[in-house]
Amino acid sequence: MIDTSTPLGRFWAGFRENPVAVAALTMVAAIVLVAVAAPLIAPQDPYDLGGLSLLDARRPPGHVGSGGYVHLLGTDAQGRDLLSAILYGLRISVQIGLLAGGVALAIGASLGVTAAYAGGIVETLVMRIVDLQLSFPAILLALVLVALLGQGKAQLVTALVAAQYAYFARTAYGAATAERRKDYIEAATATPLSRARVVFRHLLPNCMPPLIVVATVQIANSIALEATLSFLGLGLPVTEPSLGMLISNGFVYMMSGRYWISVYPGVALIVLIVAINLVGDQVRDQLNPRLHR
Amino acid sequence: MTAPFLSLDAITRRFEPRLILGDRIAARLGARVENRPVRAVTEVSLEIAKGETLGLVGESGCGKSTLGRVVAGILPPTSGTVLIDGKPVIEHGRKVTTRVQTVFQDPYASLDPRMRIGDIVAEGPIAHGLASKADAPGYVRDWLSRVGLDPDFAGRYPHQFSGGQRQRVAIARALAMQPDLLVCDEPVASLDVSIQAQIINLFLELRRELGITCLFISHDLRVVRHVSDRVAIMYLGRIVEIGATEAIYRDPQHPYTRALLGSVPKLVLEDDELVRFETISGEIPSPLAPPPGCTFHPRCPVAVEACRREVPVLFDDSDGRMVACHVRAMERAAMTKEGSA
Repeated sequence: MIDTSTPLGRFWAGFRENPVAVAALTMVAAIVLVAVAAPLIAPQDPYDLGGLSLLDARRPPGHVGSGGYVHLLGTDAQGRDLLSAILYGLRISVQIGLLAGGVALAIGASLGVTAAYAGGIVETLVMRIVDLQLSFPAILLALVLVALLGQGKAQLVTALVAAQYAYFARTAYGAATAERRKDYIEAATATPLSRARVVFRHLLPNCMPPLIVVATVQIANSIALEATLSFLGLGLPVTEPSLGMLISNGFVYMMSGRYWISVYPGVALIVLIVAINLVGDQVRDQLNPRLHR
Repeated sequence: MTAPFLSLDAITRRFEPRLILGDRIAARLGARVENRPVRAVTEVSLEIAKGETLGLVGESGCGKSTLGRVVAGILPPTSGTVLIDGKPVIEHGRKVTTRVQTVFQDPYASLDPRMRIGDIVAEGPIAHGLASKADAPGYVRDWLSRVGLDPDFAGRYPHQFSGGQRQRVAIARALAMQPDLLVCDEPVASLDVSIQAQIINLFLELRRELGITCLFISHDLRVVRHVSDRVAIMYLGRIVEIGATEAIYRDPQHPYTRALLGSVPKLVLEDDELVRFETISGEIPSPLAPPPGCTFHPRCPVAVEACRREVPVLFDDSDGRMVACHVRAMERAAMTKEGSA
């Protein structure tokens, strides 16, 4: 049985009632598992350029290549097994999504909550910068940053965090301005407890519900952003193709009937993003106090 | 009276409106923007002796909660000092003592919904070295049982408790800090009447056991009479009468106190008494623009010319009581003149 006395237990009990959300969560879990296990289950290491043969290039699904195994989803222009490339691509997407989402959450939430609690000049400064940033599209900011910082995983994550922390800061600030007026914050201040303790032990945990909702959306967004940047050739190096780059590579062959190079990575990307968003919708419905039955 | 344990000296607390940039610019350009400060508490001085309970009563909006929060060190006063045993409660806007603790009005809001009640009670004592992390569970169990809760509840969350039980948790949290002064801000106002009695009794019991000093804020005159040694009556940010509980309830001197006590519904009626209450005419004026002179004069049945001009100060009336009323002061002066003649 689920222990409904803890907040998490109650959350899970509600979550289980929606079969679509459970299916989506299962899907996300499966994709994450497959992505993590990619080196173990992929028939080929797509990053090992020496293992690729141009004789296998652009073969349709079901082709038996020079490696002696079936290319279930075909091969790309370099002769990569697409299934392997997709598995490795998902690995990158999940990694970058979680990393960028997590770091943006930590930075943004801390900034927003601190601004709300501190008030005065800190509040004005932080929140005006955030507002300013929110008036630009995230993709534009990420593009400029990646162009400045150069290619690579760390640079990409930095750009995504810089583009997305503002959403977390805004949400955390909104939640915290409502929470900080409540008596339990006053009670903590009156004990007295240190400011850091009041902010991070009392204020922040109570601002988490809306932040979790934003986090699920933003993880999906950073995956999409990463794919977009890679598609535009600004993301990761060509030797380590992510989903966006695979789609981009296959793009030119679309009209010549070699649909699989673009379509299958696209399908993988869509399934991942839709599944995360479906989970996010359920999380939002459950954490929204106005929708509580 | 011995040296006062808690002393408030000329406490004033104003709330300045926080104008957004647009409003500030508009105000500069001459637009009518509300920028007057709210005077919640004005020039309040009082003392509480060790072990004593002072009841603080008044209508809602009279500043009693603000005064309580200043005493508790939650709000810094705009001017004036709060000393406990000669040491300040608040310095540079930060509370610097754990000797004053607070029980809040609404136990549904005053407990962090994401913490187990054991952690809620243990947090302060651990942070201030009253209990080590290792001793904390035992320390918490002890306090939970002292406020009449099952110590095994320590692992539960606030939402699993009723209002009365939550208020017990809040009392345990305050007392676990081993305070010398407890500020109770309407601690029973949001509870059912049957639960109110339980909490009041628990409070009286613990006070006797621990010899704790207390500032008890309430708008409920019957509750205050039951728990207080002395009572202070506040009106629009000022204390208008203060003295021993029984003396004030038996023979109120300030016209406002009289009106306030007259508006308490009685349970038992005299034979031919009409069920009609003396009400105070009018509304409490806005603390944005308090009336000049005695702030009570627009509603006062006995106001004279002086009341409209001069702010009355507290003067010593009979049996250790202080009253701030021109009319009463003139009566007293006449009486002493007669007495000496």
